Amino acid sequence: MSTPLERLFESTRGERAILIGYIPAGFPNQADSYRIIQAMVDGGVDAIEIGFPYSDPVMDGPIIQAAADQALRNGAGAKEVFETLKFAASLVPSLIMTYWNPIERYGVENFARDLAANGGSGVITPDLTIEESGEWISTTTAHGVNRIYVVAPSTQEERLAKVTQQGSGFIYAASLMGVTGLRTSVSSGAEDLVSRIRKTTSIPVAVGLGVSNGVQAAEVAAYADGVIVGSAFIRAVQEAPSLDAGLVAVRELAESLAAGVRSAKR
Amino acid sequence: MSATQLSDQLGHFGPFGGRFVPEALIGALDELAAAHQTALVDPLFIKELSDLHRTYSGRPSIITEAKRFSEHAGGARIFLKREDLNHTGSHKINNVLGQALLTKRMGKKRIIAETGAGQHGVASATAAALMGLECVVYMGEEDTKRQALNVVRMKLLGAEVIPVTQGSRTLKDAINEAMRDWVTNVETTHYLLGTVAGPHPFPVMVRDFHKIIGEESREQMLALNGKLPDAVLACVGGGSNAIGIFHAFIPDEGVRLIGLEAGGRGVETGFHAATITGGSRGVLHGTRSYVLQDKNGQTVESHSISAGLDYPGVGPEHAYLHDIGRAEYRAITDAEAMEAFSLLCKTEGIIPAIESAHALAGAIKVGKELGTDATLLINLSGRGDKDVHTAAEYFGMPL
Ligand SMILES: Cc1ncc(COP(=O)(O)O)c(C=O)c1O
Repeated sequence: MSTPLERLFESTRGERAILIGYIPAGFPNQADSYRIIQAMVDGGVDAIEIGFPYSDPVMDGPIIQAAADQALRNGAGAKEVFETLKFAASLVPSLIMTYWNPIERYGVENFARDLAANGGSGVITPDLTIEESGEWISTTTAHGVNRIYVVAPSTQEERLAKVTQQGSGFIYAASLMGVTGLRTSVSSGAEDLVSRIRKTTSIPVAVGLGVSNGVQAAEVAAYADGVIVGSAFIRAVQEAPSLDAGLVAVRELAESLAAGVRSAKR
Repeated sequence: MSATQLSDQLGHFGPFGGRFVPEALIGALDELAAAHQTALVDPLFIKELSDLHRTYSGRPSIITEAKRFSEHAGGARIFLKREDLNHTGSHKINNVLGQALLTKRMGKKRIIAETGAGQHGVASATAAALMGLECVVYMGEEDTKRQALNVVRMKLLGAEVIPVTQGSRTLKDAINEAMRDWVTNVETTHYLLGTVAGPHPFPVMVRDFHKIIGEESREQMLALNGKLPDAVLACVGGGSNAIGIFHAFIPDEGVRLIGLEAGGRGVETGFHAATITGGSRGVLHGTRSYVLQDKNGQTVESHSISAGLDYPGVGPEHAYLHDIGRAEYRAITDAEAMEAFSLLCKTEGIIPAIESAHALAGAIKVGKELGTDATLLINLSGRGDKDVHTAAEYFGMPL
């Protein structure tokens, strides 16, 4: 059986890349995060990635760190993550992005079970290596949810094949060597990485890190199956004078990104 | 498994250790593991490092019998392994010289390091100056205040010190920032991690560079007493000085290995850094070990009067030695550590690092338990010059 996320990729295959929007659970607070998710979806985001706020996010730059800190101060934890997931999944295919320790703490089996029970399609695990994935692979397989691994421009061919073989749903290609955040341009290494990934697997490839506007989204959508945007949405909320202004900004950003993935020359 | 082979190829110690890192770092970790393996058996590397030990850092470090101090520890004979006499004032130099040599071998020109007490930062800045490497040290803003003297030392040595303002602004956040730098600059940069934590190969490699402490002491104790000590004690932050002195004694089943963690205001208060005593299994900074964490797996802030022990994680080999019962771990409160600190100053004329004072406080307890026939070996991991300010404040002495 396929996940909603897999069916989404299937339905847009050959036509356009999908747009995935990220927000940490509980940011800026639980109730408002739902409105932000709604604004993302209203603006054309195809899938939602809910971040599990974590105290030591080594793959995240200052924007997402600040958002996660705020969420943590609001008391966001596993309960809030799954509730947010349930809401998002009622709108569009949705997944969780989390560092490994919160999963281990919650219990690998419990986490996969509650992910599935709340309509989640899969989990992005940026610091889980395939060597440490034994229990995760069997458990996610049993619950029918996707395992999304992040690969980097530095990942060598042999290892790339090993990682992509264990992934499902899609492969997350980190566009550059670095952490999440805004960049003035999308690294040229991204396209090369995507083509190297495609030599190892037929599952979809989505690109993340540093995509923040419609032009960049169009550029990436020309060669990838998915475009992932996080920091730019969060900044739109952080910089807005009020929540209502933030919601407008989020929706407009989503619209321009959605137009970008549709305008890409493929 | 033989004692020297506690870990597998992927750096596991039983269920602990391994690698929990972004894929971007795997290449660099593999390269480092390979460089370490090659260097271990390369006579040139071995000679280069042992020359540096002999002519630069001052090894072998001596052993001092603390006779007057012993009177306060139940009369047990107490021997101090004097890592405080190493160049830069602590055991940290052992690891740093080894990793700096590996950095050069890998053709990298820039090192980054995290530091809590500043000792590892100072040692890193020192090795960088010696070997002509660029050096950037990440230090929690809180710690730059607690250890202002060491910040100046690092700067004098030519290093750039970046205060970290995220999170709890202490060692754990400095490690996060160093990891982010490393993910970004991994092509040109070596992350010179300062303790036996982090992803494989760090726990194994850093231990290998420190195990000389135990190898020397084992021979020295045999030469002095004709027998091994009854117990070996060391303070445990990340665990490098402790694993360094424990390692050679692991096969000696009659020798008790006792790690002293920072109990802060008392483990029961929640304000402590006693990761094994008061923590639970988890993953932090790339390795599975014991961690101070809440029910959601969020790292909990640690508390200790000693910046060098103020870390909510611990090396995976210690977690394993604890679980298999080969080593014991106990918590020492701030007050107990400061009492032992003061006692060593006044009975032996040695000002210890507050980190090391936790081991001394452990010796007072264990000495009283074992009585006059016992022989204890303590790792005096560092000297206390850097702690004069903290001690003055603690004892209410005007500065
Ligand atoms: C003198 C001294 N001892 C001990 C430590 C704790 O580190 P570890 O547990 O890795 O030996 C430090 C750390 O800064 C230190 O400076």
